[in-house]
Amino acid sequence: MDTTMKELPSKPVNKKARLIHWLIALVTIAIVVWSCTGINFGGIKATAGQIAGAIFSGIFHPDWSYVYNGSGEDLISQLWQTLCIAFLGTFISAIISLPFAFWAAHTKHKKWYTSRIGKIVLAIIRSFPEIVLALMFIKAVGPGSAAGVLALGFHSVGMLAKLFSEAIENLEDGPNDAIRAVGGSKIHVIMFSILPNLMPALISNTLYRFDVSVRSASILGLVGAGGIGYPLIIALQYRQWNRVGVILLGIIAMVVVIDWISGMIRKKLV
Amino acid sequence: MIDDSLTQLPKKRFKIINLIWLIVLIAGLFISINVTNTHISVLFENFSQFSDIFVQMANPDWSYFPTVIPLLLETIKMAVLGTIIGSALAFVYSLLIARNIIKNKLVTGVLRFIMNIIRTIPDLLLGAIFVAIVGIGPVAGILALSVFTFGVVVKLFYEAIETIDPGPIEALTAVGANKLQIICFAILPQVMTYFISYSLYAFEINVRASTVLGYIGAGGIGLYLQQTLQVFDYAKTGTIILVIIVVVVLIDYISSKSREALMK
Repeated sequence: MDTTMKELPSKPVNKKARLIHWLIALVTIAIVVWSCTGINFGGIKATAGQIAGAIFSGIFHPDWSYVYNGSGEDLISQLWQTLCIAFLGTFISAIISLPFAFWAAHTKHKKWYTSRIGKIVLAIIRSFPEIVLALMFIKAVGPGSAAGVLALGFHSVGMLAKLFSEAIENLEDGPNDAIRAVGGSKIHVIMFSILPNLMPALISNTLYRFDVSVRSASILGLVGAGGIGYPLIIALQYRQWNRVGVILLGIIAMVVVIDWISGMIRKKLV
Repeated sequence: MIDDSLTQLPKKRFKIINLIWLIVLIAGLFISINVTNTHISVLFENFSQFSDIFVQMANPDWSYFPTVIPLLLETIKMAVLGTIIGSALAFVYSLLIARNIIKNKLVTGVLRFIMNIIRTIPDLLLGAIFVAIVGIGPVAGILALSVFTFGVVVKLFYEAIETIDPGPIEALTAVGANKLQIICFAILPQVMTYFISYSLYAFEINVRASTVLGYIGAGGIGLYLQQTLQVFDYAKTGTIILVIIVVVVLIDYISSKSREALMK
């Protein structure tokens, strides 16, 4: 039998593209190797396996008595507080985000540098560490959930306004032109064309941000800004693994339920 | 003369559901203001303190800059290693939960359930747990970032696998190829660019996350953040934050440009 039939025809070779691919691969490998240097992998505690096992068994043998005891320090009320922090924080940030979004959106009727500056400002807000912001607010309003709300409210602006501005950029000009053609003023354009077309995207993005905020709110407590994070870090420090287990279960359940609800609403919107 | 009814806009039909949403929203607002005890007036009363910190941060202490560099590099190393380990795990796992590769619904269902649970845990929480397990240091951070990256990449990647063109898979099945051959020659060529793009995206998130992980003892520049904040040395904190912002924005820019180039 003719053996040439069994072989695939050779692929066409693009020498330049191949060279670039190899270069990228080499650089990546070099970065990874560099990353491995200087990190002390030997510093792991000898009891690591034991503690991991304890936490794992804590998840399966949770401290049920902590779930609700009416003291206001129990799991349910802490989770409820976390949810409220996320809700209020998202609400505040949605309001602050709107003007920022119109500033950063790149539309026809604007100089390019205006929107570019807006985008840079948003990038800086996004990169400002949330925890530092929380600590600054703790200085201003004292430790507690209020600091968490404010930190979330300001930090989320960076991401939310970016999503909003992308929604604005994706708007079509047709409806605006139509309203202007029949003699509508700028306010009419915003009222009857921009806002109605923008609303679904705004709500959907805000809901998405709420999902993220719930996760953020559950860690703000690590620095004393209210919510479930504080009892968790205390339980970790005092090695109450059963309590760690029940708190983790609570956080997971809360996030899953919120994700599910907001996913359903968003599906209906689009 | 113009017909009067033409100058009016047509009335919108009143929807009861919208009213319910509005009530839920307002109720939620009042409840959460009550529960969290947030009163904007308090903020304005103490605003001078807040702005005071801000002013101090805005005058960074540049002599502190050289001290920050080693830990900054450690932060980036942590992000790189976390991304690599996490994406490698996600790569294998995605192949196991894509329904067009593994046909057994029970296997994919159970594995997906585990994935969804891992995805819910926030990054800093993972950091706190791993610090408790392996002790203070960058290893805890790398582990936390790996698990977090896994959660981010696996979801995006398995969805990409499930939306590929089934043609090549059928063609290879028809000529008698085994599972491994199908994966190598029909699936991977279609999704590899997505995988790299998602890993880069995870890397961007990891760089951000790794800068604060040190605050809870999981290695990296966050350690100095905690130290300077504890002694109220805001000028030094300002230096650190500026460095973090510059690095994060730079890496974001490079990474998003390369993702754009990839997807072209």
